[in-house]
Amino acid sequence: MNPVIGHYALILALFVAALQAALPLAGLSKNNEKLFAFAAPMARIQSALIIFSFLILTYAFYANDFSVYYVAVTSNSHLPLIFRLAAVWGGHEGSMLFWVTILAVWTLAVTFFAKELPLRFRSSLLAVMGLLTVGFLMFILFTSNPFDRIFPAPFDGRDLNPLLQDPGMVFHPPLLYMGYVGFSVAFAFAIAALLDGRLDVTWARWTRPWTTAAWVFLTLGIALGSRWAYYELGWGGWWFWDAVENASFMPWLIGTALIHSLAVTEKRDAFKAWTVLLSICAFSLSLLGTFLVRSGVLTSVHAFATDPSRGLFILLFLVVVIGGALTLFALRAQSVGLGEKFDLVSRESFLLSNNLVLFTATASVLLGTLYPLLIDAMGMGKISVGPPYFDTVFVAIMVPGIFLMGIGPIASWKKASVPDLASKLKWALGISIISALLVPSVMGRLSPMIFVGLLMAFWVISSVLVAIKTRLKAIPGNDVVKKFKTFGPAFNGMLLAHFGLAIFIIGVTMVKGYEQEYDITMHSGETTVINGYDFTFKGTLPVTGPNYKSKQGQFYVTKDGKEIDLLTPEKRYYPVQGAVMTEASISINPVRDIYISLGEELEEGGWSIRIYFKPFVQWIWLGCLLMGLGGLLTMVDKRYRLKKKVTNNESAAT
Amino acid sequence: MIRNLSLVLLLAFATSSFTNEIVTDSRIDARLRQLSTELRCLVCQNSTLADSDAPLAQDLRREIRKLMEAGKTDEEIVAYLVERYGDFVTFRPPVNASTALLWFGPFIMLIIGAITLVIVLKKRAAILTSKENAS
Amino acid sequence: MKLKLILPLLLFVVLVGFLGKGLFLNPREVPSPLIGKPAPTFEAPVLGDSSKTFYTEEMKGKVWLLNMWASWCVACREEHPLLVEMRKHDIPLYGLAYKDVETNALAVLESMGDPYITTANDADGTIGIDYGVYGVPETYVIDKKGIIRYKQIGPITPEALRDTILPLLKELAV
Repeated sequence: MNPVIGHYALILALFVAALQAALPLAGLSKNNEKLFAFAAPMARIQSALIIFSFLILTYAFYANDFSVYYVAVTSNSHLPLIFRLAAVWGGHEGSMLFWVTILAVWTLAVTFFAKELPLRFRSSLLAVMGLLTVGFLMFILFTSNPFDRIFPAPFDGRDLNPLLQDPGMVFHPPLLYMGYVGFSVAFAFAIAALLDGRLDVTWARWTRPWTTAAWVFLTLGIALGSRWAYYELGWGGWWFWDAVENASFMPWLIGTALIHSLAVTEKRDAFKAWTVLLSICAFSLSLLGTFLVRSGVLTSVHAFATDPSRGLFILLFLVVVIGGALTLFALRAQSVGLGEKFDLVSRESFLLSNNLVLFTATASVLLGTLYPLLIDAMGMGKISVGPPYFDTVFVAIMVPGIFLMGIGPIASWKKASVPDLASKLKWALGISIISALLVPSVMGRLSPMIFVGLLMAFWVISSVLVAIKTRLKAIPGNDVVKKFKTFGPAFNGMLLAHFGLAIFIIGVTMVKGYEQEYDITMHSGETTVINGYDFTFKGTLPVTGPNYKSKQGQFYVTKDGKEIDLLTPEKRYYPVQGAVMTEASISINPVRDIYISLGEELEEGGWSIRIYFKPFVQWIWLGCLLMGLGGLLTMVDKRYRLKKKVTNNESAAT
Repeated sequence: MIRNLSLVLLLAFATSSFTNEIVTDSRIDARLRQLSTELRCLVCQNSTLADSDAPLAQDLRREIRKLMEAGKTDEEIVAYLVERYGDFVTFRPPVNASTALLWFGPFIMLIIGAITLVIVLKKRAAILTSKENAS
Repeated sequence: MKLKLILPLLLFVVLVGFLGKGLFLNPREVPSPLIGKPAPTFEAPVLGDSSKTFYTEEMKGKVWLLNMWASWCVACREEHPLLVEMRKHDIPLYGLAYKDVETNALAVLESMGDPYITTANDADGTIGIDYGVYGVPETYVIDKKGIIRYKQIGPITPEALRDTILPLLKELAV
């Protein structure tokens, strides 16, 4: 199969996508209804072509077609099949094709699942997504074509970076991109609303499930990336505030704000312009992230092969898309009426305060990420901004937000009473403070950071319980089970997501507060005792993998004579790239991880070894999983089920 | 905090049966590790000094250890490195006129934002109340 | 049109300005904080003759270049012929063998020519650290008062020599 058909498919897709964009937009300006009907068919054709092209590239990897230059630099015939397939998105060109393929997937989803939208609005949506597709296809075709050939074809490929040869590579990019790119739908909703001049509660109700879906994917994608880094990189770190991590985190923060803002807009027909602006911001941050990773403007361990000319193209694309969106916003987002009334103290206000905190937190992350560039561009020298900055400033901004998060779900809509809230929550506060002191006393150490972290986590958990209790009380009758059944997925999902965040905070606080690292040297036959655990090192065994050779350490871990685990950290040698990699070995447990990695082999068969104790570290990702599930739950609320065409005066369900 | 843990470790080692030795003072070990996580390896620029195996990183850790053993504080050690490599070497940006926006900007934004939000909400409620009363 | 609606667009324009400028900068390059400051003084054994010592104190009153290099450094080999050429034009070049094995360093000078008036031996790299070396080759231009006036990161290129170093040397010689 000649891979060039993949290239031709992309060119064809470009023309069809251009029609998908141009025809409905022409229909809008000329008020010609007939042109709207073209949007969905064009969208489907173009998406199918792009997916086809992606499959062609995948096939080239499957078949080890090294005449395709991208396959030759990213793959190798000894690479296990699953990684050969994952390598499709392992380099810049392939990941760009993957980007546009995911965009095609979301486009198809819109054509299939957004049927209840009026034709005019849906066509505007698809037109916007068509414009995005056109931009990305042009970028790929002009600067980053994965189908470029190399003749004569090399005998074998340069192999995928060994760090990427891991199941994480199979799931993390797809989840992340589904999230990242998924915010394009919310973006398209915003633009369509501005073009249409229509901004009302129905618009908010339509947008919400699409936004939540992208948010769920992004939550899981980031969590998976973090967990992958934890076990892959050998020193048990899980977040570095690296530019590329921040690039995925900022859309997540704004996405979270957007979900909450949509609640206010849907409920009270209020703050519509602000919600539209957030929708634009979320996707703009996704695009900005794409720019930062591929332009060479920032140093990052994640950065793809950098090239300023590609950077210039993406920057131009950013200017057109984001600049265009913000210009449209400036022109069209007049006050469309203030909406309904709500008090200064009310659930609506708490939701907006969430927005304030998340927006400021995002600004701090953006500032920290770009500041070295700002300083350098002004000729004021070179600085680095890393974890010491983010851990201080970001966390300090978030703490008041998390405190408010405990109150929001309890506050009534429209008008809440402070004395009432205080009486409901005073026990919650008391229990939180006591628990935040109790846990450190059991663990043996207290610090301000640990106290605040645990306080926030227990505060959120207590407030979830108070929210449940308040809701139960509000329903007359005594049948508790029946009452629970009335809660509905939206309420349950919200509770689950908030609870998940509390679990996450516990994980982070406990690990940062109580983790321990031991650098030791051991020879075969020796036993070291740490924290009551016996580590017996029985030397290393040679292991041969499909494309590597390794020395696998054998560590028998026992406690009080009872066998706990056999940990087998490895030092792997990948001959194609000549790379040496450390594979850690971890004993996982709900309350602690024991993490071992091999350092250097010393004379006389000794090894330098690092052993880590990481209390509650798995709670970090468990919390994220719960947040994702909570989000998923809110999407199945019957408000969002597929409906027939809605009339304009249908109001949001309570 | 890691200091205390290291003392515990030292005691644990002293009272347990093992056959390898810890060569240097573990308190400095822990301090060195902590400080190295806040410094950048200039060769592998995306690694911290703690995680990097580059020769320069090993040399710098050696130098930092010497300085710690000579009684220098963390601030003095960072200053020593910044003198030679510039602010780029530390992940904790300095607090000065050019980084004031970085360190204080977000807090100022939060405060101004909070004030703005309260004003906007109050104004809005007032307008809507007067509309209600008028009708 | 209300200001608050244009504000996001304005902020974006400012951001794009910085990002555009950023495309032409090199985020990996570490400029030296020592420029304009006194060159760290040191005394080190001379490469190949440890009975002799090189003192930076002795260089006061002279304009000179200190080139850090090593036999294990590929870029240094690429730079070497240019240094030999520079020496032929009487440019005062002094070398610092950075973290090198003495015999290897001497072998390079033997086979590729010795462009240095003297080469100091910095076997453990501590002198290099004082100078903020992070990747050889690196070259410093030091004036008569012992102040560092310029640092070349990476090999000296013909352009850097022509456009920066030679004019600077002329200026300092006065």
